[in-house]
Amino acid sequence: MSELTHLTIDEALTGLKNKDFTAVELTQAHISAVENARTLNAFIVETPEIALKQAKESDKRYAAGEARPLDGIPFANKDLFCTDGVQTTAASKILEGFVPRYESTVSQNLFNDGAVMLGKANLDQFAMGSSNTSSAYGNVVNPWKRSDGSNAELVPGGSSGGSAAAVAARITMGATATDTGGSIRQPAAFCGIAGIKPTYGRCSRWGIVAFASSLDTPGPLARTVKDNALLLASMAGHDPKDSTSANRDVPDFASAMTGDVKGLKIGIPKEFKLDGMPEEIEKLWEQGIAWLKEAGAEIVDISLPHTKYALPTYYIIAPAEASSNLARYDGVRYGHRSSEGANLDEMYSKTRAEGFGDEVKRRVMIGAYVLSAGYYDAYYIKAQKVRRLILQDFEKAYETCDAILTPTAPSAAFAIGENEDDPIKMYLNDVFTVTANLAGIPAISVPAGLDAQGLPLGLQIIGKAWDEEMVFRVGGVIEEAAQFSAMPKGLTQKAA
Amino acid sequence: MSLDEKTVRKVARLANIEIADEDIERIGTELSGILAWVEQLSEVDTDNVEPLANVVNIELPLRKDEVTDGDCADKVLANAPEETQGFFVVPKIVEQES
Repeated sequence: MSELTHLTIDEALTGLKNKDFTAVELTQAHISAVENARTLNAFIVETPEIALKQAKESDKRYAAGEARPLDGIPFANKDLFCTDGVQTTAASKILEGFVPRYESTVSQNLFNDGAVMLGKANLDQFAMGSSNTSSAYGNVVNPWKRSDGSNAELVPGGSSGGSAAAVAARITMGATATDTGGSIRQPAAFCGIAGIKPTYGRCSRWGIVAFASSLDTPGPLARTVKDNALLLASMAGHDPKDSTSANRDVPDFASAMTGDVKGLKIGIPKEFKLDGMPEEIEKLWEQGIAWLKEAGAEIVDISLPHTKYALPTYYIIAPAEASSNLARYDGVRYGHRSSEGANLDEMYSKTRAEGFGDEVKRRVMIGAYVLSAGYYDAYYIKAQKVRRLILQDFEKAYETCDAILTPTAPSAAFAIGENEDDPIKMYLNDVFTVTANLAGIPAISVPAGLDAQGLPLGLQIIGKAWDEEMVFRVGGVIEEAAQFSAMPKGLTQKAA
Repeated sequence: MSLDEKTVRKVARLANIEIADEDIERIGTELSGILAWVEQLSEVDTDNVEPLANVVNIELPLRKDEVTDGDCADKVLANAPEETQGFFVVPKIVEQES
């Protein structure tokens, strides 16, 4: 039944409705695929019993003619989403053994629509990272390999690396993910799949382990743009339990994919042309422009003058919010507690020293520094002001265009261990994605081509706030033009 | 700019993270590198710019001040490293005068 794991969500829903196969068969095929792909380390916890139980319920609803929008569709749940009765760790030792007694709104929404949970996907610790090498539960391996025969293990990107690797390896049909600076889109690009960061406020953050609350945005990962639209429609919606969740109707995102971009104005920001950008990335961007032109869109040059300040702004705001959010890990109410510590203060500081990974400590300390007396205005308030200028750049650009086209990431997937010598080198991975987080606007990464090493590259479409429909519409046209059909090498061999 | 030992210890204390003596220099260098890099924001003219805290202009909603949740002490305590009789247990916090 290996072919079942190669279907898109859209195709699988049709197959289930037509009774070509059952939800249990579909789920079982994916459970076996997960077991056969454990070398990727994409899951921290597998939940086959839950998946089969949910699939049986889906089959009952199909039989009764009461199928829900995602009934029987298996998904991987990023281990940042709290799951009632299933360990949730944020890939950190400090939450090892934490079993929430509540369900995140987004995963509950997916369950309500009939989706089937295969397990909890690995990630960078507390979603801090671009390589999935900061997980306390081991690195995730990208299923793609360079074509030079070196067989080097590559990173899947991060922070949603387990989610992206699992989707690319055809061991799940879709996944939940979160994007604070690029954590959906960069792994999507590295793994040759699609992923959308919706508008801030579109999906509830309730029940998701918090990193930087003004930036954290839940969203889906899947192999096609339409599958992203189907998942997002179920994940999104107003939630009174998140005060920043928008009280807006959720559009039918899939029907926005008309295939027609005639007359649309697509902005090309000159500030995204970086010195030293790999030629292949620039070529792919040119190709994307040509595809949209051929489809009848008008290309306009735009300027986002504060782009170069986006990453430094992010690396003040995100650590500041993280240092505040992560103060809750004190060894008292849940998670790890140090067995040393003679008094309460020592217990706190030892618990946090033992529980947090190096990158988490680094960011919490940077955050504590920029928020400390005497530095608050110079760093934190300054960054919030530059953040407004970045938002205004977009507002001005959208006076002359409907959507913006850029590359997703400045490189293809790199080898595990690369970019580890200097934290800033790793941070630069988010150079094209982070502005959309600071501005709160939606952006999708669509697989668009391969580099000379046979590794996938993505193009990013950025839209106006609340205009995911435009992002899906343009993304669909890029996807159609790119006809991206390549698969990770090991996988094609296995399938054949 | 480089963070001296005193500053690194202060930041670690603010962050409530114990750091080993032999790690102070490395951490100081890493933090200094990041702070020097974000320093480039000082080039940006932000006079008369309001700080942005809420990106989508959602007005924070108000609700009636009434109990909507609770009566689940067992769930709240379920993950506690140590609990007894409905309480979280922590190490002694009353300091003894010496």
